[in-house]
Amino acid sequence: MPMIYFDKVTKIYPDNSVALEEVTFAIEPKEFLTVVGHSGAGKTTLIKMLLAEEKPTKGAVFFESKNIHKLKKKEINMVRRQIGAVFQDFRLLPNKTVFENIAFAMEAAGRTDEEIQSDVPHVLELVDLGNKIWNFPHQLSGGEKQRVAIARAIVNQPDILIADEPTGNLDPINTFDIVQIFKKINELGTTVILTTHNKGVVDSVGGRVITMENGKIIRDDKSGNYVL
Amino acid sequence: MLITKIKRVVRSGFNSFWRNGFVSFVSVFVMVVTLFVIAGVVFSGALLNSSLEQIRNKVDINVYFVTSAEEEDILAFKKTIDVLPQVQSSEYVAKDKALDIFKERHGSDQSILQALEELGENPLRALLTIKAKDPSQYDSIAKFLQSDATLSQSGSNIVDTTNYPENQVAIERLAKIVSAADKLGFALTLIFVILSILVTFSTIQLVIHSAKDEIAVMRLMGASSKYIRGPFVVGGIMYGLIAGILTLGLLYPITLYVGPFTEDFFVGINLFTYFMANFWQLCLIVLGSGVIIGSISSYMAVRKHLKV
Repeated sequence: MPMIYFDKVTKIYPDNSVALEEVTFAIEPKEFLTVVGHSGAGKTTLIKMLLAEEKPTKGAVFFESKNIHKLKKKEINMVRRQIGAVFQDFRLLPNKTVFENIAFAMEAAGRTDEEIQSDVPHVLELVDLGNKIWNFPHQLSGGEKQRVAIARAIVNQPDILIADEPTGNLDPINTFDIVQIFKKINELGTTVILTTHNKGVVDSVGGRVITMENGKIIRDDKSGNYVL
Repeated sequence: MLITKIKRVVRSGFNSFWRNGFVSFVSVFVMVVTLFVIAGVVFSGALLNSSLEQIRNKVDINVYFVTSAEEEDILAFKKTIDVLPQVQSSEYVAKDKALDIFKERHGSDQSILQALEELGENPLRALLTIKAKDPSQYDSIAKFLQSDATLSQSGSNIVDTTNYPENQVAIERLAKIVSAADKLGFALTLIFVILSILVTFSTIQLVIHSAKDEIAVMRLMGASSKYIRGPFVVGGIMYGLIAGILTLGLLYPITLYVGPFTEDFFVGINLFTYFMANFWQLCLIVLGSGVIIGSISSYMAVRKHLKV
């Protein structure tokens, strides 16, 4: 049974622009899926659908056979706690330290203070940021911010990790590091969905690649390369 | 877990208050202005009331009794008057006392004193000065004076005349002024308070609007509405408390300075004395308003951004 299933999802924004058109695909557990396409191809809308940030105009999105957009607010919160999300612009909480940013995700999931005290330093070690635990986001470089964002996304051991253009604002070295972290997370059993328009990223991941154009899926390769 | 959650919410609210130094400072400043308006309204209400009270106290009606009325009957009559709900107080001036007052007033006028002497008896009537609780109530008191209650035990009427008909126009006009001043004062109070609350509300809306993206991220991490909203409400309460303390702190020297002036201008009320006498009540009003405005504004401002 697929973990995530997009069933003929169409999204038309109020200005009549079509972001997604009859998109259908499934994601299996533990898969590493890369979604590629030019800007405006519909990658980010796809991610927003999965996080229930946007509602489809037509069609349905299923997460573990539940229709995400038919859930109540509380149930959506529960689903979101099972999904870790990383964004191009990092979206860290600017007035919280690195520790507090990660602790917030744990607090939101109802974890105890003891768990927070032991898990936060541990997850920061994983992304190699143990020495920046009391810094504020504005004191970090782009690569460091993204690693904090990843630490925050994985600290609750989510079933899925979604990364929307996570390397968009990073230099090649940081990009390489971040991709390695994602691969590691995937090897440990987490489903990873990554959107990008960076050829190097696609090639170094080497898993399944979905290619989008104008809101439609034009290719779905089991072990693809960047072909746009 | 509930206590842990509350602790986390309070700590987070506290942290963001300090870390957003400038924004917090501006919010507190705007809130101080609002609380000043509210305190000002309380003070001007006190000044208005005291002035109106003075005017009210100047109004009364005199009831003159027939010269043959027995003191016993008059005192019984005074008792019936005193229990009327409209009556605030009444003062009885006996015939002899009335004569003393008359002599004192005309002490320098020999011809009048001589005329009195020649009369041989006290021509003055005993009188009862009645003060109503409100100027508008003199009319009903006057009506009462025309009823059977003014009869003595023997059945004769003890009330000779009253000065109400002469004063009626003045009293009615005064009653209108007093009630208009009351209403105007209330309307102005309401307008000022609403305006200043709106200013604070808008400021807090702006502050929280700038945290819109932050709220969206918290939402995407699966944080519950209450958990996201809590720290903002704590922040709003802190704006209110700090602004309230600052306002009270500033009111002390200000009222100390203007107190003597108000005492001269507005018959007999010193704002500083008023401030000190009603300090705890003012504390409650100022701090309470601050906390309520701060928390409700924050609560409502966050709600708008929680739709994600």
